[in-house]
Amino acid sequence: MTEDIRAIIREHARLTVDVATLADDADLYQAGMTSHASVNLMLALEEKFDVEFPERMLRRRAFENIAAIRAAVEELTAEKAG
Amino acid sequence: MAEQASAWVTLAHKIGASVLTAHVDDVDRASRFPRESIDALRAEKFLGLFIPKELGGGGASLADLTGVCHALGQYCASTGMVYAMHQIQIACMMRHYKGAEFFAGYLRECAKDELLIASATTELGPQGNTRMSSCALEYDGDEVKLEKNTPVISYGLEADGILVTSRRTVDSPPSDQAATLVKKSQYTLEKTMEWDTLGMRGTCSHGFMFRGKAHKSQVLATPFAEVSQQTMLPVAHTTWTSLWSGIAVDAVNRARAFVRAEARRQPGVTPPSALRLAETMNTLHLLRANVMDGIREYERVMDDSEALSGLGFAIRMNNLKVSTTQLTPQVVGQALAVCGIAGYKSNTKFSLGRHLRDAHGGALMVANDRILGTNSNLLLVYKDE
Ligand SMILES: Cc1cc2nc3c(=O)[nH]c(=O)nc-3n(C[C@H](O)[C@H](O)[C@H](O)COP(=O)(O)OP(=O)(O)OC[C@H]3O[C@@H](n4cnc5c(N)ncnc54)[C@H](O)[C@@H]3O)c2cc1C
Repeated sequence: MTEDIRAIIREHARLTVDVATLADDADLYQAGMTSHASVNLMLALEEKFDVEFPERMLRRRAFENIAAIRAAVEELTAEKAG
Repeated sequence: MAEQASAWVTLAHKIGASVLTAHVDDVDRASRFPRESIDALRAEKFLGLFIPKELGGGGASLADLTGVCHALGQYCASTGMVYAMHQIQIACMMRHYKGAEFFAGYLRECAKDELLIASATTELGPQGNTRMSSCALEYDGDEVKLEKNTPVISYGLEADGILVTSRRTVDSPPSDQAATLVKKSQYTLEKTMEWDTLGMRGTCSHGFMFRGKAHKSQVLATPFAEVSQQTMLPVAHTTWTSLWSGIAVDAVNRARAFVRAEARRQPGVTPPSALRLAETMNTLHLLRANVMDGIREYERVMDDSEALSGLGFAIRMNNLKVSTTQLTPQVVGQALAVCGIAGYKSNTKFSLGRHLRDAHGGALMVANDRILGTNSNLLLVYKDE
């Protein structure tokens, strides 16, 4: 899943650095992601993983690094499965 | 219209009716800083009004602050805008300094000496997109150096300090910003553009090349993204819309006086302009109701950082700004239709030229299309709950 997330970030987050150089806990906003780009990232993640981020998750912090995004997606896919 | 009659608001009306009214035409005509008005507000401790009591300020609520802006806007919109801009900078510092010693001390100084703080967010290059900077803080030991080419700093030459946004470090991308408070003794301003505008002429928002040096403790530790979302935008949009709607209230007051005078001339015959006045009043109520609701919404979530970070809140504050800046010139235009030539002339007690010119500043002060663009983006993922 982390690889899929990284691929989506590469395509949509418009970072000013190569995502391959970033650790899972590196701050994506400090790597150049704007709030406008973060919305595109959310849309691409919803499409790829067939989930909908609820309002409570639509926060800066929920998308601030790869680990946080993974946790959010996992929580939603687990809810769906359960 | 019904106001919360706090002591601050009552006093603001008193100063407005005397000092602001006495100087507003000259301030507008000469495009000069409303010095007498700001001095009068200073004398009554209005600049420190929003600073918490424990830091020596007035400890006023957002309702008080916006009530004061609304009052000032009815007498001199430029004074109201200078006042609002100053309070936005104060709010950013006091809500985000996180106990930092420099800012606690500086806010105390602001309250004690009634310092006036300006804002340099807009930059040549990123232009109206305040969430992007090209200039950057250059660290040299404990010192930071900053140069910013700014198209507008309202009352830059009159300020005691400027809160300047920039990239956080020379290695940071444009959207990774910080806000730094630079004191007057620490910067120079080289004027690059003259402020000679349609309206809001007394804000003296010239363009400058800003060059400053500060101690690194003068950089707010909270990322500007957070400061902007939780404080700068909502305080700006609630105070600005309060003063803009003040312009509309005064325009309607003039129209009412005009219609009353007409009615007195022929008692028993309702003047034709009365119908237009009724219509204008209707739009004014819509405008004010929206502003009051926006203020209540911000007050409700002010200390809830979770709600403040939500998309729903951002969309609501953006809409407050867009609709108010559309309705304010509309109301002034309607009032002008009521007053006719007496309103069109610049030398009658019904003159509305200044109101109309000032009212048109709102839509460009952060372009409405830019704000609607942000909302259209957020709405792609926002789900009401
Ligand atoms: C009275 C007054 C006082 C001010 N005081 C200050 C101050 O003290 N400090 C400060 O920093 N700034 C200040 N400003 C500047 C203000 O905050 C805006 O940033 C500035 O007016 C915008 O400039 P602009 O119209 O050139 O730029 P832009 O915002 O770039 O807009 C230019 C045009 O392009 C369109 N446009 C641009 N980008 C987009 C987009 N993404 N989506 C849709 N449309 C877009 C806009 O609709 C507009 O028509 C002040 C402005 C005013 C009117």
